[in-house]
Amino acid sequence: MITEFGHFALILAFLVSLVQMTVPLIGAHKRWPGWMAVAEPAASAQFILVAASFLALTWAFVTSDFSLQLVYLNSHSAKPMIYKISGVWGNHEGSMLLWVLILALFGAMAAWFGGNLPPTLKSRVLAVQASIGAAFYAFILWTSNPFTRMDVAPFDGQDLNPLLQDPGLAFHPPFLYLGYVGLSICFSFALAALIEGRVDAAWGRWVRPWTLAAWVFLTIGIALGSWWAYYELGWGGFWFWDPVENASFMPWLFAAALLHSAIVVEKREALKSWTVLLAIMAFGFSLIGTFIVRSGVITSVHAFANDPERGVFILAILVVFTGGALTLFAARAAAMEAKGVFGVVSRESALVANNILLAVSSFVVFIGTIWPLIAEMIWDKKLSVGPPFFNMAFTPFMVVLGLILPIGAMIGWKRGKLPRVFRTLVPAFVLALAIAGLVWAMQTGRSLLGPVGVFLGVWLVAGSATDLWSRTGQNRDISRLWRLPRADWGKAVAHAGLGVTMIGVAGLMAWDEEDIRAVQIGEPWTVGQFEFELQGVERVQGPNYVSQMGEVSVRRDGVEIAHLYPEKRNYPVARMPTTEASIDYRFLRDIYVVIGDPQADGGHVMRIYIKPLANWIWAGCILMALGGGLSLSDRRYRVAAGARKSASGAGAVPAE
Amino acid sequence: MTVLKRFAVILILAFGGMAQPVLAVQPDEMLDDPAEEARAREISAGLRCLVCQNESIDESNASLARDLRLLVRERILAGDSNEEVVEYIVARYGEFVLLKPTTGGWNSLLWAAGPLMFVIALGLGIAYVRRRSTAEAPTEAGLSDDERKRLDEILKGQ
Repeated sequence: MITEFGHFALILAFLVSLVQMTVPLIGAHKRWPGWMAVAEPAASAQFILVAASFLALTWAFVTSDFSLQLVYLNSHSAKPMIYKISGVWGNHEGSMLLWVLILALFGAMAAWFGGNLPPTLKSRVLAVQASIGAAFYAFILWTSNPFTRMDVAPFDGQDLNPLLQDPGLAFHPPFLYLGYVGLSICFSFALAALIEGRVDAAWGRWVRPWTLAAWVFLTIGIALGSWWAYYELGWGGFWFWDPVENASFMPWLFAAALLHSAIVVEKREALKSWTVLLAIMAFGFSLIGTFIVRSGVITSVHAFANDPERGVFILAILVVFTGGALTLFAARAAAMEAKGVFGVVSRESALVANNILLAVSSFVVFIGTIWPLIAEMIWDKKLSVGPPFFNMAFTPFMVVLGLILPIGAMIGWKRGKLPRVFRTLVPAFVLALAIAGLVWAMQTGRSLLGPVGVFLGVWLVAGSATDLWSRTGQNRDISRLWRLPRADWGKAVAHAGLGVTMIGVAGLMAWDEEDIRAVQIGEPWTVGQFEFELQGVERVQGPNYVSQMGEVSVRRDGVEIAHLYPEKRNYPVARMPTTEASIDYRFLRDIYVVIGDPQADGGHVMRIYIKPLANWIWAGCILMALGGGLSLSDRRYRVAAGARKSASGAGAVPAE
Repeated sequence: MTVLKRFAVILILAFGGMAQPVLAVQPDEMLDDPAEEARAREISAGLRCLVCQNESIDESNASLARDLRLLVRERILAGDSNEEVVEYIVARYGEFVLLKPTTGGWNSLLWAAGPLMFVIALGLGIAYVRRRSTAEAPTEAGLSDDERKRLDEILKGQ
């Protein structure tokens, strides 16, 4: 019954979205306030309906209602509760429902918090948002209905893929989707502005918090996925340049570019048409990502659905929305003239450089991702584009970005003075050079990767600190720092976070150590400075798996520093084994221990990895997200919200 | 959604319902000479596991990947240089095994795309910045009084 209710609510949401995408649009065109006013309640209603539908599906998973096909295929009664819930989005149909839920959520939030938007712009934004929703409701209802019943309800389910039964991954998709789909609201703003025919500073200010929020969520989502891959897949890889990873990385890069260019629109009324284009591209790449993941067109182990019907449907959505938006852009972009005038050496120019680097690097990822497809379609050649290509083609842009970032972040608006900026940054530069030199001298190999990464990282962190320090004024009044706008703190923290991540990536890639061998219980062996001993292997029964659990003692100079329990699990229902690495997390390095197969002579294969600076990768991501959050909580946005409150409190505000 | 089902598919492909998978490089595969083994690892990292799509044979658990790893080591012992080993494998399995695409032929487009786009974007960027630096500063026109008032209201609190 609840299931049918959920199904019905979803159909109603589709109908509401159809109304919301047409009536307010016509209203805005004809300046009919009544028609425009439809948008707000419609957005709220749509969200409530999808939420009800989503809760109904969640309920089916929680109560293990195996008469529902989706639950039967992806759940099991013995599964822990948290994975019953995460099972809702651990499959194609459910994850699409999460997709539209978040889409409707952002639409509703724009309705609730968009009080200070001009009515025509607001109704257009909500109408565009609803049109995206309508397309995806249709997709779900016609090709991927999660509410399909079974003829005969089976006794128990087939269980969720054991790899997905993990806390890190349980919350990876929701965050990722909050980011991906959050960019839809920027897209809607861009389209509404194009329909409206104008982009001004206020538009930049409205778009920025949404971009920032989407980017923060995307950062967290990507970091969670990468962290999960690191500890779960059994060899400590954190990024594979897999098409599906790239699908989330491209919108992230575009969102990063967008949130920087929106600053220029907001502060200087320049880069307008470019910013609109970026907003279209950012969401366009989210759609491309959805297409890649959902259609399976680019052979990837991730692809859930190799169903051509679904692929074609999403491709149609992609073509209609990005194609339509770009056409509209081509027709209207010329009308948006820039106002701000600035010198060649200025913050504006630095942000243009930032945008060039981020956009081009994102295109490099895009071309690498679709190249196998192009090669097969045009030259009938099957080839691969793997990590070696991306590492070579992508990294240089990030190096340049890291090099110019601290300078660009400190240079003045309109007309900056380079020598002055250079002078302030000398200490940071010298520090970075010194630490990189030290690292170069200490490492055993002659690899450049480590020292260069460390140099960039220290340069970014020290550069951000210098930026804050320079704000203390002539007499170095520290208390001033606490009165700085939070956006300035956000900027410094996020940029430092990028540096920390760079150090982590470079350190891990340049200096990791690996040891693979068959060992006997009780016979110690050494890897690097550490001594390991397998003290025993035990059979352990988990809730829905059986595990071979090893007990490993790690010693340094004869003193035990860690006691680790690597596992090899077997999930009998899903008939699938997983490796559970046991990791000793430390500030400067992780010790990563994996137990392998038992050998004929009673020994076990053991894999030991020493991963230097691994934690820094995700610590940097957390800092970036935190920086974004700080920026988002800046007074300016809160004041804007407050202004809305007092305006609505004052009573009737004339609609233009 | 990132690395979902990576292992799942590999394992299903490779072992069906078998309980005990073989993990990536095994101790019994390794060559005695550390220098030769290091070469084998380096070569393996650049070769794609054919049944697991986006993984190198060095990382993969599939039995086919193990066969290829052994083949690489066999060729090294036979005295092949790194390039010869790769050529040997490509001759048998096609360009698909190369994780790093070749630079010749149409692939040069792929490799050139990044630098090319960068140069174009840089050119456009410089042209734009130049234009802005020589442009006439506009007056406050363009905004109506209402709009300016509205903007002030929004921008208040700087």
